[in-house]
Amino acid sequence: MTRFLLRRLAVALLVAMTVLTLSFMLTRLSGDLAISIAGPNATQEDVELIRRAYGLDRPLTVQYFDWIGRAVLGDFGTSYFFRERVSTLIGSRLPITLTLGLVGLGIALVVAIPLGIIAAVREGSWVDRAVMLVALVGQAMPSFWLGLLLMVVLGLQLQWLPISGTGSWEHFVMPGIVLAFSAIPALMRLTRSGMVEALASDYIRTARAKGLTRLSILAKHALRNAAIPVVSIAAVQLGFMLGGSIVIETVFALHGVGFLAWESISKNDFPVVQAVVLVLALIYIGLTLLADLLNAVLDPRLRA
Amino acid sequence: MTAPLLDVRGLKVQFGGHTAAVRGASLSLRKGETHCLVGESGCGKSVTALAVMGLLARGARRQAEVLSFAGQDLRNLSEGRMSRLRGDRMAMIFQEPMTSLNPAYTVGSQMTEVLRRHRGTPRAQAVDRAAELLGRVGITAPGMRLGQFPHQLSGGLRQRVMIAMALMCEPELLVADEPTTALDVTVQAQILRLLAALQRELGLGILLITHDLGIVARIADRVSVMYAGEVVESAPTAQLFAAPRHPYTRGLLSCVPVPGKVRRDEPLGSIPGVVPRLPPGFQGCAFRDRCPHAAPACAGPVPRQPAGPEHEFLCTLPPDWVRRAEAA
Ligand SMILES: Nc1ncnc2c1ncn2[C@@H]1O[C@H](COP(=O)(O)OP(=O)(O)O)[C@@H](O)[C@H]1O
Ligand SMILES: [Mg+2]
Repeated sequence: MTRFLLRRLAVALLVAMTVLTLSFMLTRLSGDLAISIAGPNATQEDVELIRRAYGLDRPLTVQYFDWIGRAVLGDFGTSYFFRERVSTLIGSRLPITLTLGLVGLGIALVVAIPLGIIAAVREGSWVDRAVMLVALVGQAMPSFWLGLLLMVVLGLQLQWLPISGTGSWEHFVMPGIVLAFSAIPALMRLTRSGMVEALASDYIRTARAKGLTRLSILAKHALRNAAIPVVSIAAVQLGFMLGGSIVIETVFALHGVGFLAWESISKNDFPVVQAVVLVLALIYIGLTLLADLLNAVLDPRLRA
Repeated sequence: MTAPLLDVRGLKVQFGGHTAAVRGASLSLRKGETHCLVGESGCGKSVTALAVMGLLARGARRQAEVLSFAGQDLRNLSEGRMSRLRGDRMAMIFQEPMTSLNPAYTVGSQMTEVLRRHRGTPRAQAVDRAAELLGRVGITAPGMRLGQFPHQLSGGLRQRVMIAMALMCEPELLVADEPTTALDVTVQAQILRLLAALQRELGLGILLITHDLGIVARIADRVSVMYAGEVVESAPTAQLFAAPRHPYTRGLLSCVPVPGKVRRDEPLGSIPGVVPRLPPGFQGCAFRDRCPHAAPACAGPVPRQPAGPEHEFLCTLPPDWVRRAEAA
């Protein structure tokens, strides 16, 4: 168990270092930072001034280790536009994005797992086919389009939910549904195929031979094994949702890090863009590690 | 004669209308008796056992003239009522010890849930009972084993766990479908000795499906020979080995004529040809294509004939045909 975890932890650290290095290199390789910071109307002296002020005149390796050292401590510098520490900025926006992601994942799981189970139990029946059709349609629907559709119907016509802003929990419902929609098809398919496989297995025949109740057979014996891949994918999907929050938060004007990223990109606010990308990547790595951990909890064979 | 513990007559099982896996099989098993069901691979032994237990896959159709357990008609029992019998009064173990236990739960959890389901026994007591049974099936350090997961056990140990688990509620009937086929030879012998001992001590009725005539000779009270979905001959063990009547039985036994002098691991199927897959509605004797004594009459109705006390066979040949053939 400890060896498994240490191995996973080492891999995660390695990936995190790679992400840090890549995000450093991306900003340095995409042209002369001093020029882009100075803007189109700057003179040569202005550029030189900025180069020294931001330490861009030092050797690249020095800049790299300096940057890494700060990034590890959570210091991403100051936003050009907001005139605020990037870490403060992200700290205030991240909870909104995480809330949105968790709401989205929650809705996705609550819908996908029961539907996947029902489809598996009724494998080959019309119920199964209907559920899989819904999954197919859901997969084909672009999320911004679904977002606009929900806004028109739930927001403007029925006026059940606010269409934009960050004020209350109601603001998270529609974007949460949209995010969930992108994750439901994969989670549902995986639940279904895992359950189909589990239900055909010898240990389920044993469970039936023991006279266990249908509930115990489905929920205790089959679902526990079918859930192992679902848990991994759910963690990965949460990562996608956080990434996808750039689109959704913009559509719904929800002021999370996705919205922040969009603002910063349009304003050339490099330190913020870089930090958002980095933070989302690190969260993703953390989620993968969490998935491995949960897998080890669910599957005793992994703990050897 | 006491009423049989398990009585099966005219059992038919079809899968999707194409294959008649079992075509009117009959067998009966008395309390505390070991009844062996033998026959080549694919002749419907497992399907028969699953049909008795009500464990057939979805899509299978089961019919029977009689299907009763301890006097209770199983034919129209609801799944809920049937599940209350399974694991409690009738238990089953399978050919695949490696995959028959749930990989996600400990041995203890899987064993105790049987008692908890059928008897509502508190956890602590159920754990005690599980440990006692693990000891009974020859597993040392039962307390440690209860906390282990299936992947930490060898195949032989897993099959012992399956047996112990089947015994949790002291069933009257144990159906064992080739329980030793997947195990290596020394372990096979241990498991069989264990089953025989349990049968004596607990008065357990055992329906044992096997390929192995050595096993039959050593532990069966009674043998039923199955071919292409039918029981073609049934007799007390000594009688069957001494005077087999069905040409198929004789084919199976041809290399092992005397009980007690049987070599272990003697494979069945020394008869040329394979078991046919028959469509529903097949007429006549299913063995006639492979039978050295086949005659035109074999395409017609095949009578069930007595050949001695509690000895029956399904053939168009007269009961004394062997003696007449030898005299000629
Ligand atoms: N679930 C199933 N669906 C379709 N056919 C099956 C199924 N299970 C068994 N059969 C068929 O039924 C016949 C008898 O199988 P089985 O009882 O497993 O034989 P065995 O005597 O080797 O145990 C075989 O022809 C097999 O292919
Ligand atoms: Mg079989």
